[in-house]
Amino acid sequence: MEALEAVILTIITASTPLLLAATGELVTERSGVLNLGVEGMMIMGAVCSFAAAYTTGSALLGILVGLYAGVATSMLFAFLTQTLMTSQVATGLSLTLLGLGLSGLIGEGFTGLPGVKLESIHIPLLTDIPFIGPILFGQDILVYVSLALIAAVSYVLFHTRIGLVINAVGNNHHSAHALGYGVIRVRYACIGFGGACSGLAGAYLALAYTPQWIENMSAGRGWIALALVVFSTWLPGRLLIGAYLFGTVWIMGLYVQGLGVGIPSQLLSSLPYLVTIVVLVVISGNRSLIRVNTPAMIGQPFAPER
Amino acid sequence: MSTSDMRPDDGSEAASGAYILEARNIVKLFGDLRANDDIDLSLKPGEIHALLGENGAGKSTLVKIIYGALQPTSGQVFWQGAPVTISNPAAARDLGIGMVFQHFSLFDALTVTQNIALALKGERDLKALAGRIETVSADYGLPLRPGALVADLSVGERQRIEVVRCLLQEPRLLILDEPTAVLTPQEADQLFVTLERLAGEGCAVLYISHRLEEVKRLCHDATILRLGRLVARVDPQQESAASLAKHMIGTDVAALRSGSGAATGAPLLELAGLSMPTDDPFGVALKSIDLVVRSGEVVAVAGVAGNGQSELFDAISGERTSKSADAVKLAGAPCGRESITQRRRRDAAFVPEERLGHAAIADLPLSENLVLTHHAVGNDVVRNGLINRGAARDVMARVAEHYDVRKNLTDPEASALSGGNLQKFVVGRELDRKPGILVVHQPTWGVDAGAAAFIRQSLVDMARSGSAVLMISQDLDEIFEIADRIAVISRGELSEAYPAAELSPERIGLLMAGTHEKAGRDAERGAEA
Repeated sequence: MEALEAVILTIITASTPLLLAATGELVTERSGVLNLGVEGMMIMGAVCSFAAAYTTGSALLGILVGLYAGVATSMLFAFLTQTLMTSQVATGLSLTLLGLGLSGLIGEGFTGLPGVKLESIHIPLLTDIPFIGPILFGQDILVYVSLALIAAVSYVLFHTRIGLVINAVGNNHHSAHALGYGVIRVRYACIGFGGACSGLAGAYLALAYTPQWIENMSAGRGWIALALVVFSTWLPGRLLIGAYLFGTVWIMGLYVQGLGVGIPSQLLSSLPYLVTIVVLVVISGNRSLIRVNTPAMIGQPFAPER
Repeated sequence: MSTSDMRPDDGSEAASGAYILEARNIVKLFGDLRANDDIDLSLKPGEIHALLGENGAGKSTLVKIIYGALQPTSGQVFWQGAPVTISNPAAARDLGIGMVFQHFSLFDALTVTQNIALALKGERDLKALAGRIETVSADYGLPLRPGALVADLSVGERQRIEVVRCLLQEPRLLILDEPTAVLTPQEADQLFVTLERLAGEGCAVLYISHRLEEVKRLCHDATILRLGRLVARVDPQQESAASLAKHMIGTDVAALRSGSGAATGAPLLELAGLSMPTDDPFGVALKSIDLVVRSGEVVAVAGVAGNGQSELFDAISGERTSKSADAVKLAGAPCGRESITQRRRRDAAFVPEERLGHAAIADLPLSENLVLTHHAVGNDVVRNGLINRGAARDVMARVAEHYDVRKNLTDPEASALSGGNLQKFVVGRELDRKPGILVVHQPTWGVDAGAAAFIRQSLVDMARSGSAVLMISQDLDEIFEIADRIAVISRGELSEAYPAAELSPERIGLLMAGTHEKAGRDAERGAEA
């Protein structure tokens, strides 16, 4: 029972950064923008939140700084792709490379220092319930934020006017413009939301997952988050399931290694990526599912006629 | 911006009489191009006013200025007699101007209600809106299911969404851009009834069309543009279709010479039981299509857009291969599984619908675009696997000269040509090969009347010289002008090909709506077998 509890707790920890980053990217892509810079925004969030928390001693301040670092990085992407009309794919890739390099530079002085750990909440009585208590009521704040965010995104996208406009812009930016909606403005906002979520994911890595700064500590999670969005066919409910599924696969790799099963560790640590590839292949077989839900304008720049 | 400072005082009407909208001395420059050059337009409430002109005459530019999508370089728009600046489409809608676009501004992945809600700024309660959509659409005879996904609707139904969307805003002026281009004759009649009723209720209608019979039937007044200038303001009831066309073009349109009646020979293109499923949720599956096109005749496939025309073209050209080789025969040879190039080698040529991006690559020069369809079929443009640029340019120059492709450079990129000139090039490119079998899709889409007449004449001449010509088109006038036999495609099924003389537009309209006697044909075939 205690072993199972430990496994579940680590699965939650592994899934949360994936869920956070993928939630942001889902909204960005729904508005018709493909931001491949998730990894870069996440690592910027991680290094900045670590630095802020280490310097001030406040984990909450670290979270806020991580969030803003993600937004700032995403605004660079937004300016380049939406205002200067650069290619989204090339810009996103460079954003990832920039983030990885810049975070290494910023984090140089922080390597190996003990970080500030984001404490789990403790509700008397509730958290003390055996097994269920620590799992449901003993997580840190960001776990609850990630779940609240995906619920909120689902509600906003499908039940509010703002969500309708985001979907419209992603489905046909020419029509949205003809109806008088500010396509570029909506996309700036959605890119910024994506950056904020990636920044939070980074903050989670540096404050909760492993409270220290390690270069490249995002370790490809940004790419998995991107794959997750396709996996979910842009539906928040499936995104939640997918994030926890991928988190489980990630953790299973570690546990199987720990149990000394005779599988090479390299194979196990590549498991999440293999699963990503398999899932993408399986999903792309169902073209109608993809076409109905895919934001039709994804990756296409929009330049209004003057 | 607030609504109130755009809405003129109701008291200041006197200056311009009873006009609801007046545009004075409108000039719009795009670089050096004078898209609108000193144009005046005025409409009274309850009037259906036609705006006529060739492609490139400046109709769309003028309308976009009125709808706030473009700003005039100079000139002034008056609304109910007071000068207004319509800075964006939302401002136009606030004034009471509604617009139905030629290329619909709809969202495929959203429902009818969601689409309409997006145009109504204050609308929060989608359930109540769905109810209003049902009431208004039924009231005006344009039934709509509010919960349906736009992707699942026919083109005619999509247009209804746009019209109903405008009606819900209780417009004072409704602008329609080529509204009947995508409709069956019956659907068009229904639209006219709606427009007449709207006009009767005092709404002004600005009606853009190049279908002159329609304009004569529906409109009370007409403004005619040519090359960005206002050339005439006439009463369409007092004009003939020919006199209206003369105003639009500046000269008389050449009448078509069809030569002697079709002397048909051997079947060159045969489709037998051609079926093709679709894996695209927005596509149409082809269902057991039979068709024979003989040497010397033009056969047309009529139909409303989105009923399987593109899929049919792809299946014949080899862009999509069929499971059975016998489903498509070119000059007697089964080739249902062959590639486009293999089919071209069988003396067939194909002109797809989209000229830019499908028939031609935008940023390649014309000579290289020519190589793309000629490389396997002679003309020496490819020798020993290498492109012979000199020969390619020679053939390109010959096509350009013979088919009157107007260009500024010797070998410009395809995107540098105007739509009509590029269309003449992509049609001429295939005709130059003198193919035995020619399949063309929408040969004159968006081409001005002069060039269209020329292309149609070329197709007829091609057939009279012994080729089999299959033309897929949505333009009924064009079909009746040149086709010897006509088949109608509806939801992926093709009717029998009837001699053109035996069909009326009304009968074609019924066939388009999908009421052809497939069952009867099947029974006949069973009896023959």
